[in-house]
Amino acid sequence: MMQKIEEANQEAFRRMLAGDPVLVDVVPAAQAIPGLKDNMILHAGPPIGWERMCGPMRGAVAGIIVFEGWAPDLAAAENLAATGAIVFHPNHHFDAVGPMTGMTTKSQPVMVIENRAFGNRAYCTINEGLGKVMRFGGNDAEVLARLRWIRDVLGPIMGAALRDIGGIPLKSLIARGLTMGDEMHQRNVACSALLLRALAPALARAAQEKKALADTLAFIGGNDQFFLNVAMAMGKAIMDPVCNIAGSSVVTAMSRNGTDFGIRVSGTGDAWFTAPVEMPEGLYFPGFTAADANPDIGDSTIVETIGLGGFAMAAAPAVAGFVGAGAASEAANFTKAMAEITVGENREWTIPALDYRGVPTGIDIRLVVETGLAPTINTGIAHKKPGVGQVGAGVVRAPMACFEKALVAFAKSVGVA
Amino acid sequence: MQDDRKDPIDSLLNTPLRVINVGLEGFARDLGQQGVGVVHVDWSPPAGGDPRLADLLSRLGA
Repeated sequence: MMQKIEEANQEAFRRMLAGDPVLVDVVPAAQAIPGLKDNMILHAGPPIGWERMCGPMRGAVAGIIVFEGWAPDLAAAENLAATGAIVFHPNHHFDAVGPMTGMTTKSQPVMVIENRAFGNRAYCTINEGLGKVMRFGGNDAEVLARLRWIRDVLGPIMGAALRDIGGIPLKSLIARGLTMGDEMHQRNVACSALLLRALAPALARAAQEKKALADTLAFIGGNDQFFLNVAMAMGKAIMDPVCNIAGSSVVTAMSRNGTDFGIRVSGTGDAWFTAPVEMPEGLYFPGFTAADANPDIGDSTIVETIGLGGFAMAAAPAVAGFVGAGAASEAANFTKAMAEITVGENREWTIPALDYRGVPTGIDIRLVVETGLAPTINTGIAHKKPGVGQVGAGVVRAPMACFEKALVAFAKSVGVA
Repeated sequence: MQDDRKDPIDSLLNTPLRVINVGLEGFARDLGQQGVGVVHVDWSPPAGGDPRLADLLSRLGA
């Protein structure tokens, strides 16, 4: 039994390291995800209905309904959602992920990541920037106007540019970003810049007019978190081939909807193991306090699932200060702790400050439960009321109960009851 | 013939203490404040001491 589990986990680890993610296209979500219909919204986290959704999630739902034209205003949109006229599903059930509230609907453009080692694809919408944006529950006219520009201008130009150059391989780009101070969750400065550098000539060729090109370059160049959504879709593309390995106790997804935290484990297939989300501890923007904060939310924990984010904190000491995790000199402790709950190191994604040790890779639920060390997550913090937006950034732990429930189910799956 | 080996208890009580503290860090902190040489080992029972989960873990090879 033990040998079978070890072999299954080594296979999971091998598939994670073998992944070859490439950003290949940007297309309307309905084109990438054929099952995405009218009056259907994909959201972050494990399954949830309108009645249990938190404030930011409700705010985003109302906003995206207006954006799609399914209701004339926010009040009508909320009524539509509350009366059951909208179908909700997790992004994860449709090869997709989304940051914070994670809204994905048919006309939004999504970035397409192809894992060329396994032939699968994963999708994520384009990052909207910081402050009052839909992923944090923002839904006013400014937020919706930005989404329309992303749909009508940025998405088509990016798609054309990526098709022109045949895509951008991400594995080596991430490796460089780690040496430049990114951990790919709360710090994406380097990778955003590297991506824009690779994309800019093709954007210039793709743009039909100067203003569209200038606006596109300014939007990407002005958003330090632009790469986050790329990293997330990459994480999904890497992890999906790791699902359903009989006997593997490796985590294939961690995700939150603002109410529940959920994890999936390779050996237990599509099942979600959930527990109430926890409150991030962090730093708040001027004028906001912990009393304004919504609990943990978003699919972005797919980044930690592949060994980045909080797991790669040692690569990004500046993040430790930004998220209130302590002194820069303590950043390495987070990564070293995560090494205790993972199968191995990724030798292609190394951290200079740890003498080029690889990022901790392949979360083993057995090790999490045994050690009591829950995965560390770097995260943005949304205001708890709909429509306000981001109020800070912090660190949060995945709830131990998710891993305990998963362990019991996993034991049953391998005949140990 | 006289046995010149020291009694271990005498050695313990008559030489400076050197302590390995396992588990609760507060004990190590208190000893350190009193100038006692102490090394702390960060340890807790598997699965936080939950016997049902600890049993499962032992059978799952953790």
